Amino acid sequence: MTEAIVAEGLTKRFGDVVALDGLSLSVKEGTVLGVLGPNGAGKTTTVRVLATLLRPDSGRAVVNGVDVLANPMAVRRQIGLSGQYAAVDEDLTAQENLEMIGRLYHLGWGAARKRAVELLERFDLADVAGRYVKGFSGGMRRRVDLACALVAKPSVLFLDEPTTGLDPRARVGLWEVITELVAQGSTLLLTTQYLEEADQLADRIAVIDHGRVIAEGTPDKLKYDLGGDRLELTVASASDVTPARDAIARIANGDITVDEEIHQLIVPVTNGPEALPAAIRLLDDANVTVIGTNVRRPSLDEVFFALTAKTPEVAAEPELAKEAVA
Amino acid sequence: MSIAYAINDSLALTHRNLVKNLRNLTIIVWGAFVPILTALLYAFVLGSAIEIPGVSYREYMVVGILVNSVLTASTNTAVGIGEDMKKGLIDRFRSLPIAQPSVLIGRTTSDVLNVVLTVALMALTGLAIGWRIRSSFLDALAGFALLLLFAYAAMWITAWIGVRSKSVEVMANSLYLFLMPLVFVSNAFVPTTGMPGWLRPIAEWNPVSAVVSACRVLFGNMPPATEGAWPMVNPIAATLLYVAVILLIFVPLATRRFKKTVGQ
Repeated sequence: MTEAIVAEGLTKRFGDVVALDGLSLSVKEGTVLGVLGPNGAGKTTTVRVLATLLRPDSGRAVVNGVDVLANPMAVRRQIGLSGQYAAVDEDLTAQENLEMIGRLYHLGWGAARKRAVELLERFDLADVAGRYVKGFSGGMRRRVDLACALVAKPSVLFLDEPTTGLDPRARVGLWEVITELVAQGSTLLLTTQYLEEADQLADRIAVIDHGRVIAEGTPDKLKYDLGGDRLELTVASASDVTPARDAIARIANGDITVDEEIHQLIVPVTNGPEALPAAIRLLDDANVTVIGTNVRRPSLDEVFFALTAKTPEVAAEPELAKEAVA
Repeated sequence: MSIAYAINDSLALTHRNLVKNLRNLTIIVWGAFVPILTALLYAFVLGSAIEIPGVSYREYMVVGILVNSVLTASTNTAVGIGEDMKKGLIDRFRSLPIAQPSVLIGRTTSDVLNVVLTVALMALTGLAIGWRIRSSFLDALAGFALLLLFAYAAMWITAWIGVRSKSVEVMANSLYLFLMPLVFVSNAFVPTTGMPGWLRPIAEWNPVSAVVSACRVLFGNMPPATEGAWPMVNPIAATLLYVAVILLIFVPLATRRFKKTVGQ
């Protein structure tokens, strides 16, 4: 399989803020890369560079074999972009929004109209095609926005935090749409702050922080790399939590986290099935009543926190502020 | 990118802006409210204390009001660009395979068509308070055309300010800074002959004075000056020259900045 998207050593500074610090990534044709990172990590900047909106200070970006910096116009013909905020015209109807985009893709009046009808149908918006977008919910706007990105049937799609700000129902609805798109063979680069979203949609995940990729691989590989298993031990009462934590501290190979609400301890261990009986014995010796146990692999959340905790926390604001300006 | 595509893109965007404007007509009508109020204040309050030899003050200042209102309307270009930037539409447009300048061309074209409405409203107000067109139909038509041409040139200046500005607030200030001195250090509301010696040449070389004088000539309100700075003696030629210079400077400047800033 060939690479549909390649970024090599991208750097970008906004004044004192380093937004991209030698970022490299690649996406194989027909696959989905989830770009995961905290606010200000450089997700949006990466998308803007790849979608021809932003010139990096150095580095190389290639989409479908075309150099983004040398030939942005050729790249624009092959990509669809849905930015961080639904970029739809509120004073136009859903139909008009899509027709306008169609005309700007030089489809001609008739074809632009036909394509708009087709997309509205597919995105479950046919009933509201003639209504002003102003009155649409966040989820509907997002769908119109996504439809705009698909007008020219692009082979490469960039979605920047497509579900940010949506309620859970709208989020799941949008996931279904995206899953369908991918099934038809589009290459997709998707940024998100939601680990669950990356886990659901992406074939591979690139975790980025401070403008560079700090881990890359399939969701399973990232979980595996973090190592070990997690014991979930639920104790009978709140007063049991502290003795329980003390009792099992020696079998944990990392920080034990506690959910006070449900009296649950999450214990990172090297080998779950081996550690579980030992843990129960230790708790029994400490006279702690265990009412629930579970052994599982680390979650993507845990992978993410473990990875991003290695680098010092940085304020999220600078990049956002700069990008609002740009 | 062929010329045909560039025309298609500009038309599609002009169409979109016009549709938007028609759906927000109240904004245009309310936008004309301040200039109308200004016109009434000048006519009935300040006008009572100002005497211009050979012409009634109301007739004198209505053309000033007309120019003031088209200049005010020209700031809509910057506001429109600012809003499209804020809402992410500029990013969307720039991610499409369109001729980049068509975003600005579409904006200025639709804005100048809106100004036709502003001019009509203001001219009616002027006629109501005693302004008269005393020239031929064709001269009057030329006068209105010159007003629109000047507005169009001014729009490219505000377009440039719009693409440069980092926020709508900063932009509002820049526009105010751009407009205030331009309108007041001119012959829009008072003759330049009474201004202090150091200010008079500045006012007479001000492009606003040229277009105001040119329109007064074309509407038959006042003949060109017989003495003073060259633009006052030849206001029509001067206005056309100013328009050409402004367009030659600001069309490329705004377009270049648009490609760069937004892409920065």
